[in-house]
Amino acid sequence: MSGATPARYSWGGDEHIFVELAEEMSLQANFRAMAITTSLRENRPEGVVEICPANASYQVRYDPDVIEPRTLLAHLREIEEKVGDAADFSLSTRVVEIPVLYQDPWTTETLLRFRDRHQDPDATDIEYAARINGYAGAEEFIAAHSGAPWFVSMVGFVAGLPFMYQMVPRERQIVVPKYLRPRTDTPKQTVGYGGCFSCIYSVRGAGGYQMFGITPAPIYDPAQELPDFADFMVFFRPGDIVRFKPIDRDAYDDHVKEVEAGTFRIRSRPVDFGLREYLDDPDGFTAGLMEVLRAD
Amino acid sequence: MPIEVRQPGLATTIQDAGRNGYYDVGIPPSGALDQYSYSVANRLVGNDPGAAALECVYMGPELHFTEDTVIAITGAELPPKLNGEERPLWEAFAVKSGDVLTFGFCKRGARAYIAVSGGIDVPLVLGSRSTYGLGKLGGISGAPLVAGDVIPVGAGAGVPGRSLPESLRPALSKEIEVRVVMGLYDHVLTDAGRATFLDTDWTLTPVADRVGFRYQGAQLETKPRTPPFGAGQDPSNIVDAPYPIGSIQVPGGVEPIILHRDAVSGGGYLMVGTVLSGDLDLVAQSAPNTKTRFVAVDLDEALAIRREYRARTQQAAESLS
Repeated sequence: MSGATPARYSWGGDEHIFVELAEEMSLQANFRAMAITTSLRENRPEGVVEICPANASYQVRYDPDVIEPRTLLAHLREIEEKVGDAADFSLSTRVVEIPVLYQDPWTTETLLRFRDRHQDPDATDIEYAARINGYAGAEEFIAAHSGAPWFVSMVGFVAGLPFMYQMVPRERQIVVPKYLRPRTDTPKQTVGYGGCFSCIYSVRGAGGYQMFGITPAPIYDPAQELPDFADFMVFFRPGDIVRFKPIDRDAYDDHVKEVEAGTFRIRSRPVDFGLREYLDDPDGFTAGLMEVLRAD
Repeated sequence: MPIEVRQPGLATTIQDAGRNGYYDVGIPPSGALDQYSYSVANRLVGNDPGAAALECVYMGPELHFTEDTVIAITGAELPPKLNGEERPLWEAFAVKSGDVLTFGFCKRGARAYIAVSGGIDVPLVLGSRSTYGLGKLGGISGAPLVAGDVIPVGAGAGVPGRSLPESLRPALSKEIEVRVVMGLYDHVLTDAGRATFLDTDWTLTPVADRVGFRYQGAQLETKPRTPPFGAGQDPSNIVDAPYPIGSIQVPGGVEPIILHRDAVSGGGYLMVGTVLSGDLDLVAQSAPNTKTRFVAVDLDEALAIRREYRARTQQAAESLS
C-alpha cells in the first residue's frame, strides 16, 4: 500500500456506495479509481448495477435486494487493499487526436453574451486564462494546452462529456476558475476548462467552464450515423489519452464537410499505459505517445 | 394502434422503468420519476409493470385515439376527461377509436402517468424506451412530445374496470418528509450547518424537473477550508465526483438540489446526503411551494423502509392480478 491514503467510504442512500480515494486531484488517485473499478468489473458481484469511476473517487450503484450492502462494502475494501497505490496497474487504451479551432467565432460570440458572469469582463476566456496562468498571451497558452496530452479521468455530467487531466507535472498544470455564475448556453463541442480539467461539451446547454475553442469532431452521436459510433453512441471512455491539435478555419470547415458526408473519423491508435513509466519520465513518455499517434 | 398528440401538455415524455448500465459515461437511468404510480398504471391495464407509459407534469396532453383500447391514469390528481366527460383516476377504462382524452387542472401532486394497454412501443435505446432529454435519447426523437407526434402502441388486451384500492394510493401532500442517508461530503458542513439542513422547512422552487429539484429556505454553514487542488475556488467545492441518484447537492451552501432520474452524473458541488430510492416518488409528486423536511435515517432504517416500499408494491400487484 505504499503511498496510498486509505479511501473514505460513504453510503449514498440505500443503493449507492461512494468512495473518495483522495481529496485532491492527481493522476495517481485517478489511476487507483481506474484500477479498482476495472477489478470490480472483472469480478462483478451479482446485484452491482453501475460502476462509475471518476477523477479521484468512484461510485457503485447496487440492488440491496440482491447483495447485502455491507458485503459489497467489504468486497470493495478488499479490492482497495489488493490494488494498493496502483503503480503497477497498466491500461490497454487508445491515444486520440481531437482537432481544435481555438478562439473560434461561435464560442467567442457566446462568451461575449455572458461577460456579466465572468471574472474579467474585458478579456476573452482564453486571454484571462493565459494571464492568470502566467502565459504571455493566447498563442503561448494554446501551445501549452495542446503541447502535452490529456488523460480522460472521468466521463459524465451529461452524455459522453470527457473530463481530462493534463499529463504534465503539477507545476505546469493550468488551473482556471469556473464562471462566477454558469452560462445558460454553450455551443456543442466547445473545448472548456474549469479547475484543473479540460472538457469537451458533448451537447449544447448550460455550462460553467471557460471556453477556449471548438472541435469539429462529434463525440456523442445518439443516432450512431458516423463510423466512430458504429458500436456505441459515446466516443470517450475513462482512460483514453487525448491530444488537442490546433487547426485553422479552413481545416475546421473541411472537417465539418466530412462530418456532414458521414466520412469523418477521429484519429485513434491503441496504446498501453502504465503509471510508473509515465511518472519516471513524463515528457519522454508523452513524446512517445505522440509518435504512436502519428504512426500509420 | 397509434395515438395522435393534439396538444403535448407541459413536458409529457415517454418513460419506463429506466435504463441501467450507462451512468459511467453520463447517461442517467431516466425512467418514470414516480415509479410506484407508473408501475400501478401499467398493472391496471394488464401490462408488464415495466412497459413504457406517458409521464405528464402539471398539465396533461390532448390525445386522439385511433383504435379501441384500455387506459389508466395514476399519480397526480390530474382529472382525465374523455370527450369532455370526467373519468376516474387509478382505474382502467375503455376508449374507442375517435375518442379524445384531455385533462383538467392539476389539483394535487405534480406527475401523472398514462398507461395504454399493450404499452407504448417506441424502439428500445440501450435497453429502455425512456426519454432522456439532455442526451436526446429514447422516446420520440429524444424529446418531450410535440403536437403532431404519433405514439405507437403495442398489442394488448386490457380489461376496463380494474381499480386500485384507496388504501394503496399514495397520499399527496403540500408538506412532506423526505428520508435521507446523510454522508458523501456532509463533513464539509459545520455542526450548525448540518442542524440547519435537518431543521429547516425547505420550499420547492419552480426549478424542478427530471434532472433536479431546487429548494430555498436557509444558508448552510460550511467549515472554513482551502479547496483541494483541482476543485475550483469556492470553499465548498470538491474535485468533480460521481453524483448518486437522489443525492442532495448544495452549491455554495445555498439552495439544495435533489438530483432525480435524469441527473447530471457528476460534478464539483458538495453533496450532503442521498434521498432513499423509494422516497424519490414523493419528491416526484412535489409541486413548487411544497414544504419539505429532510429526515436523517441510517442504513439499516433505510433498508427497512425499502422493504416496506417493496411490500406495498407487491400488495398493489396482488390486488390487481
